[in-house]
Amino acid sequence: MYKESLRRTLSYLSHCRGRFILSILMTLAYVLSSLYIPLLAGQAIDLLTGAGEVDFGLLTGRLFAILLTACLCFLSQYILSRLNNSIVYSVARRLRNDAFDKVGSLPFSFLDSHRQGDVVARVISDVDQVADGLLLGFSQALSAIMTIAVTIWYLFSLDWIMALVVILLSPLSLVVASFIARRTHRHFKETADRRSIQTDLTDEYITATGEVLCYNLQNEFQARFSQVNAQWADSSLKGTFYSSLVNPATRAVNSVVYACAALAGSFLAIQGRLSVGGLTSALSYATQYTKPFNDITGVVTELQNALVCASRIFSLLDEEDVVDDGRKELPDGPLSVSFRKVFFSYVKGQDLIRDFSLDIASGMHVAIVGPTGAGKSTVINLLMRYYEIDSGSILIDGIPIDEVKLSSLRLSFGSVLQDSFIRKASVRENIAMGRDFSDDEIVEACRRAHVHEIIMRLENGYDTVLDDDEGLLSAGERQLIAIARCMVDLPNLLILDEATSSIDTRTEGLIQASFNEMTRGRTSFVVAHRLSTIRNADIILVMKDGDIVESGRHEELLAKGGFYSELYRSQYATGGGEC
Amino acid sequence: MGKLFSHLASYRRECILAPLFKLLEAVLELFVPLVVASIIDTGIATGNSPYVVRMVLVLFALALTGLAVSVTAQYFSAKAASLFARDAKKALFEHIETFSLADCEKIGLPTLINRMTGDMNQVQSGVNMTLRLLLRSPFVVLGAAIMAFIVDARAALVFAVAIPVLAIIVYLIMRVTVPRFRAVQGDVDELLSQTRENYKGARVIRAFNLQDKERESFHGRADRLFSRQISAAGLSALTNPLTSLVVNLGIIVLIWYGGVRVDAGSLSQGAVVALFNYMSQILVELIKLASLIQTMTRALASARRVGAIFDMTSSMEDGTRMDSPCDGPAIEFSHVGFSYNKTGGKVLEDISFTLERGQTLGIIGATGSGKSTIAALMARLYDVDEGEVRILGCPIKSYRLQYLHDNVTLVLQKARLFRGTILDNLKLADSQATMDEVKRALSDAQALDFVLDKGFEAPVETGGRNFSGGQRQRLSIARALVHGGQILILDDSFSALDYKTDSLVRGALAKRKDITKVIISQRSSSVMSADRIILLDNGRIAAMGTHAELMATSPIYREIHYTQFEKEDADV
Repeated sequence: MYKESLRRTLSYLSHCRGRFILSILMTLAYVLSSLYIPLLAGQAIDLLTGAGEVDFGLLTGRLFAILLTACLCFLSQYILSRLNNSIVYSVARRLRNDAFDKVGSLPFSFLDSHRQGDVVARVISDVDQVADGLLLGFSQALSAIMTIAVTIWYLFSLDWIMALVVILLSPLSLVVASFIARRTHRHFKETADRRSIQTDLTDEYITATGEVLCYNLQNEFQARFSQVNAQWADSSLKGTFYSSLVNPATRAVNSVVYACAALAGSFLAIQGRLSVGGLTSALSYATQYTKPFNDITGVVTELQNALVCASRIFSLLDEEDVVDDGRKELPDGPLSVSFRKVFFSYVKGQDLIRDFSLDIASGMHVAIVGPTGAGKSTVINLLMRYYEIDSGSILIDGIPIDEVKLSSLRLSFGSVLQDSFIRKASVRENIAMGRDFSDDEIVEACRRAHVHEIIMRLENGYDTVLDDDEGLLSAGERQLIAIARCMVDLPNLLILDEATSSIDTRTEGLIQASFNEMTRGRTSFVVAHRLSTIRNADIILVMKDGDIVESGRHEELLAKGGFYSELYRSQYATGGGEC
Repeated sequence: MGKLFSHLASYRRECILAPLFKLLEAVLELFVPLVVASIIDTGIATGNSPYVVRMVLVLFALALTGLAVSVTAQYFSAKAASLFARDAKKALFEHIETFSLADCEKIGLPTLINRMTGDMNQVQSGVNMTLRLLLRSPFVVLGAAIMAFIVDARAALVFAVAIPVLAIIVYLIMRVTVPRFRAVQGDVDELLSQTRENYKGARVIRAFNLQDKERESFHGRADRLFSRQISAAGLSALTNPLTSLVVNLGIIVLIWYGGVRVDAGSLSQGAVVALFNYMSQILVELIKLASLIQTMTRALASARRVGAIFDMTSSMEDGTRMDSPCDGPAIEFSHVGFSYNKTGGKVLEDISFTLERGQTLGIIGATGSGKSTIAALMARLYDVDEGEVRILGCPIKSYRLQYLHDNVTLVLQKARLFRGTILDNLKLADSQATMDEVKRALSDAQALDFVLDKGFEAPVETGGRNFSGGQRQRLSIARALVHGGQILILDDSFSALDYKTDSLVRGALAKRKDITKVIISQRSSSVMSADRIILLDNGRIAAMGTHAELMATSPIYREIHYTQFEKEDADV
C-alpha cells in the first residue's frame, strides 16, 4: 500500500520534472563542493610547515581554490533549497487542490459517516506532512547518500587506513541512535494519546461551561483534568528525556570515533604516510561522517509518517464521486413529483423505505409528519438526491431524477433545512449564495422573510461578516436567513425541513403569509412538528420508524383514527381542556 | 506572562543545573581542538607515540565525561519543562474555571482550547530547548572565539569580525522572515476554515450548486499561499548558504594569516589547525542557535497569549451567603436591564415580576425577545446591568454561586451531555442520588424507556451526539431533576419533543409541587397551564397574567395561540 502511495506522490512530481532533475544535480554539486573544502584546507595547512618554509605562491593558489569552491558551495546550496521549496510547495498546492475539489463531489453517504475534523486534517495538515516529509525527506536522503559516498571517496584519496577507521566505526552512532529511538517511540505515542485526551477534556469543559456552572461541576472537572494532566506530564517527561538522549549519545560515539581517528592518523603521520593537513581533513570528515547517517534515520521515520498521511489523502481521492451523468434540464414552472416503488436504506439490509409509491401533482403541498427520529429528513435526502435510492424511481416532471443534471435538479429546489448553515461571509453574500442579485432584491427578500430588522441591528448591517461557529445569530435567526435565501429567487420546488422549529410561533405566523405566497402554485414539501401549520396540506405523509405508515388529507387521516390522529390529539392533551 | 513563568520557580534547581551542565559539556568540547593541536605540534612533530596515546586517552575521557554531563543536563531540562507545563496547565485550567460564562464567550472556545494545547506545547518545548541550548550555543561560539584568542590573539581577530557578521546575518534574515511566515500561517488558517465550511455546509453549498465557485476560490487562496510561501522561504533559504560562506571566508583569511605567522615563526602548524577547528565548531553551533531562536520566538509568542489569559480576571464577584430565609418570593426581578455587550442594543429592559414559591411561571415570546437571557439571569450566568434580581428572598449576588446553583437548576436551551455513561451523566448532577431517585427522574422526563432499552451503562459521546435531539433534551431534564433544587428553569427544553411527549413531561413535573418552575417555550400549549405567563416582546414585558387573562387582553398572545391552535379548537 505504501509503495502505491509513494508512486502516486511521485507522480505529482511529473509537472516539475525539470526542477526535480536540477535539484538532484544541485545536491551533487553542493555535496562535492562542501566536502571538498576540508580537503583543500588540509592541503593548505600542509604548506604551513615552519618558519621561512611557507610557499606563498602555492598557498595563494590553494586558498583561491577554496574561495571558488566556497562560492560554488554557496550557490548550489542556495539554488538547491529554492528548488526544493518550489517543488514542495507546488506539489502541496496540487495535492491540496485535488483533495479540496474532491470534498465537493463526495457523496453524502461519505460525508455523513466521516468526522469532519478527520477529512479537514487530510486536506490541510496531511498535505503538509506529505510535502515536507516525503519530498524534503527524499532530498535529505539523497544528499545523505551522496555525502556518504563522496566522503568515502575523499577519505580513500587521503589514506585507506584512515578511511577504514572512519567508515567502520562511525555507523556505531547509528546503532545507538536507533536503539534509543525504538525505546522512545512508545513514550511519544503515549504522550500524544494522553495529550489528545487532555484536549478532549478541555474542549468538553469549555463547550459545556453553562452546564458546569449550573451543576457546580468545577471541582469534578478539576479533578479529572489533574489526573489526565499528571499522566500526560509523566509520559511527556519520559518521552522528552529519552529522546533527548539521542544527541549526547551520538555525540559521545562521535567523539570516540574522532579519538580513534586521531590515534590512527597520528601514527600514520609519525610514519610519514599522512600529512598534518591530511589528518586535519580526515578528522573533519570523521565529525561530519555520522551526520548523514543520523539524517537517514530521521528520514525513515519522517517517510513512514508521510506515507501514512499520503495514503490517507489518496484514500480520500479514491472515494467514488457522486454520479452526475444526467443530461436533462428541468423546465421552469410548476413540476410534478412521483415516487415509483422506491426502496431505500442507509445501511444495506435495513430498509428504511419499502416499496413507496406516490404521485404528487404539480402545485400540491405535501406535509411530512412523525415523531422525532422517524426519518422525515430521509425523504428530503432522496428528493434532492443527496442519497441514491436502492431501487425504483423518483420522477420530477416525468423525468427520472438520475437523468437530470444534478445542478439543474438542486437549483430547482429551494430548501430551508433543519440546521441552517451560515457561511463565513457577509450577510449579503449569505443570502445571494453566489447568485447575482441587486442590493434592493436582497433587502426585499429579507423584509419578506422578516429578517431585515434583525440584520439592521447587526454592527455593519448587510456587510456584517457571519460565521457558522459564532453565536452572532440565534438558531431561529439563522433559519430566517435561510428563508431569505429562498425568497430572493423563488425556485419551482420548495422543501422546508423543520424550517420553523427554532422560530417562535409569532414570527412563524408572520412568515407563514410569505410562505403561502411563496408556495402558491409550487410543489412543496414541509416537515414540521406543528400540526396546525400543515393542516392545509394537500397530502400528509405520516412517518414512523422510517416507514411511511399513513398518507392522505388531514380529515381523512383523523377519521381513520390511526397514528396520525393519536399524534394530533396529543397536542391538545393539556391545553384543550382548560380553554 | 509573569504568572505563567512563575510556575518555573518550583523547578529553580533544575533550571539552573541544566544550563550549567550544558555549559560544562561545551567547555569539554572546546578542549578538543587544543588537544589535537598538541598532538600535531608535540606528538607528530617529534614522533612521540606514547604522548599521542596519552592525548588520545584525554580525548576519550573528554567524550565520556561529556556524555555523563550532558545526560544529566537533558534530564534536568526535560524534568523542568514537563513539570512546569503540568503545573502551568493545571493552573490555567483552574483559572479558566473561575471565568464567568460571559468571560468564556468573550474569549471564545477555540481560543481557550488553543491556549491550553497548542500554545502550551510551544511554551513547553521552548523552555526545554532554551534550557538546553540557550547557554550552550552562545557559549560555544564565544568560547571558540576566546580559545582562538588564547591560541593566537592576532589571528583570532578574524573571529572578532566573523562572529558579529554571522549574528547580523541571522538576525536580519529572521527579522524579515518571521512576519512573512506568520502571514503564511494566516493563509493556511483560511484554507482550513474554507475546507471545514465546505464539509459542514455541504448540503447548502450543493443546493446552490456552489461547488465550482468554491473550488475556484480555494485554488485562488492556494495560489496566494504558494506565492507567500515561496517569498518567505526564499529568504530563509539564504541563511545556511550565507553563514557557510562567511565561515569559509573566515577559514581562508585564517589560513592565509596563519601562513604569514607560521612563516615568521610566531605560530605553529598545530595552532592553525586548532583555529581552523574552532571556526568549524562555530558554524555547527550557529545553525543550532538559529533554530533555537525560531523555537524561542514562537514559544514567546505563545507564552504571551497564555499570559494574557492568566491576566484576565473573572468579571463576576462571588457572594458569601450559604443559606436562604424561608420567606420572600422564589424569584423577583425589579427593573432589570441587560445587554450582552456595551456597544450592542439592550436585550432586556425594565423587567419586573415576582414568582411565589411552588408556582409555575411561563415565558413566551418571539425569537430574540430575550427569553433565554431571563433564564440565564435567574441562574446568575450573567450579572444584570440595571435593577436587581432576588432569589428566595435575597439578592442573587449575595449567594455563593455554588449554593445558588444547588438551589436554582437551569436546563439550557442547547443542553449538553458529557462523555461517559448515561448513569455518569445523571450522577454528575448529584453523586449522592439513589437509583430510585434516578429512575423517578428518568420516568418523569419520559426517558426511562429508552434508557432501560440502551442500559444505564450505555456510552454517551462528547456533547451526547450519539443521542437524538429529543433524547438529549429528555436526559437533560432528568439530570436536572436528579440535581434537585428549589427552583427549576427549563429553557425551551421541549422543542425537540413531539407534543405528546411534551405534555407527558409537563404532566409529571406538575406533580412535583414543591419545586418552583419556570417554563420557557415557543409553544403556547407548554405555558398555558402556568400560574402566570410573561409575554416578552423585544426585551420588554408586553403582557403578564394567566392564560385566560392574556387571551382576553393581549392581541399578540392571541395571535401566538391561534397560530398553533386554530380558533375552532381553542373555542371549544
